[in-house]
Amino acid sequence: MALSKQTKEAFLGPLNVNNPVLVQILGICSALAVTVQLKPALVMGISVTIIVALANVVISLIRKSIPMRIRIIVQLVVVAALVTIVSEILKAFAYDVAMQLSVYIGLIITNCILMGRLEAFAMTNNVKDSLMDGLGNGFGYAMILVIVAFFRELLGSGKLLGFQIIPDSWYVANGGCYENCGMMLMPAMALILLGCVIWAHRSINDEEKK
Amino acid sequence: MAKQLSTESNLYTILYATVIVVIVAVLLAVVSQVLSPRQTANKRLDTQKQILVALNQDVTTGNPAALYDQIVEEQTMGDKQLFVAHVDGATKYVLPLKGQGLWGGIWGYIALDEDKNTIFGINFGHEGETPGLGAEIVTENFRSRFFGKHICDAEGNLRSVAVLKVGKNAEPGQEQIDAWAGATITSTGVNDMLLNSLNLYAEFLADKPAAEQDSLQTVATTEEIVEPVNVEEK
Repeated sequence: MALSKQTKEAFLGPLNVNNPVLVQILGICSALAVTVQLKPALVMGISVTIIVALANVVISLIRKSIPMRIRIIVQLVVVAALVTIVSEILKAFAYDVAMQLSVYIGLIITNCILMGRLEAFAMTNNVKDSLMDGLGNGFGYAMILVIVAFFRELLGSGKLLGFQIIPDSWYVANGGCYENCGMMLMPAMALILLGCVIWAHRSINDEEKK
Repeated sequence: MAKQLSTESNLYTILYATVIVVIVAVLLAVVSQVLSPRQTANKRLDTQKQILVALNQDVTTGNPAALYDQIVEEQTMGDKQLFVAHVDGATKYVLPLKGQGLWGGIWGYIALDEDKNTIFGINFGHEGETPGLGAEIVTENFRSRFFGKHICDAEGNLRSVAVLKVGKNAEPGQEQIDAWAGATITSTGVNDMLLNSLNLYAEFLADKPAAEQDSLQTVATTEEIVEPVNVEEK
């Protein structure tokens, strides 16, 4: 199946040059909350991807019938309904995951990326492009969460996905000279790391432009 | 054919909102109804697993539900729950714990030996403590700090176990464990939860079995020896 240029752009754009977190600076709030460890960051990334894609499709399907004056409310109702249904399904079929997500799943409703994509893209584009746009933005968001969480978990607790990476013998307590950076566990460090990622991203992209 | 309503007219807007809300409401109600038996079953199984973990049983393999039915007996004392378990021929009492962490509720199950004093095992759960900090209370590393500690002092008074920062000392007569570094509020929450929840069972816990069944560390007061054993109080 050959994808049109516009469809490809809808998917690939948000991964790099139009990344929702790095360029549009959306969804920062949840990026701080779930990036202490890699696992919640991954699960949150996947959940947001699914919800953005589904919401984009639904809104795109009914976009011509939505009265302009209440469009934001309609979008909100769709997102809230989807999040609730996904949460119910998780509780019935993947209880462990649902318990881990607990508060985060509710946070998805307030994720600015969702409303941003619905309003800016799904309201004016066809279903296929909207689906790709949703997937692209979801992956773009998940990618940044994973990068930030990777450094926070590795440097903050010496682990990745819960497995010890830094050898135990390196630690001061065991006669070594290494100490975990407790600062990495604080929310402030997520912002600083995110700033570094944005810095790197911008300097690479600026060079390409020149 | 009826005249097409403008999507901007008031009537259309109100109708649209009504229809959307009704559709969503019906959808959510149906989903909730259809999935509710499974969710209840999951919740029950989860509670059973937590109790088994508190009893230091392996729940990752085999059939936890069957194991639970086999070794745990649910009892009630008034409006309070009590789980009596038989592990390797010994009787263990499991009491539920409930408290408040930093971001939300925390809970747990504590398993006591037959002396109602020595902690055999413990398990914690939380709604949404910070990963890497407060959420670490569920780890083996933290749980195992409680094993073998005593909740009563030498006179047999209920004292709970203090969860304190490294370097701090509990009051005389109370045993202590180290708090999780960096998770001060959650650790304080665990400390308060233990004290409050155990106090709810003060009467049950004060009713100690006869001295010969006690482990070496437990000191039975004369009072307890005189009084007959009465597990099923009230």
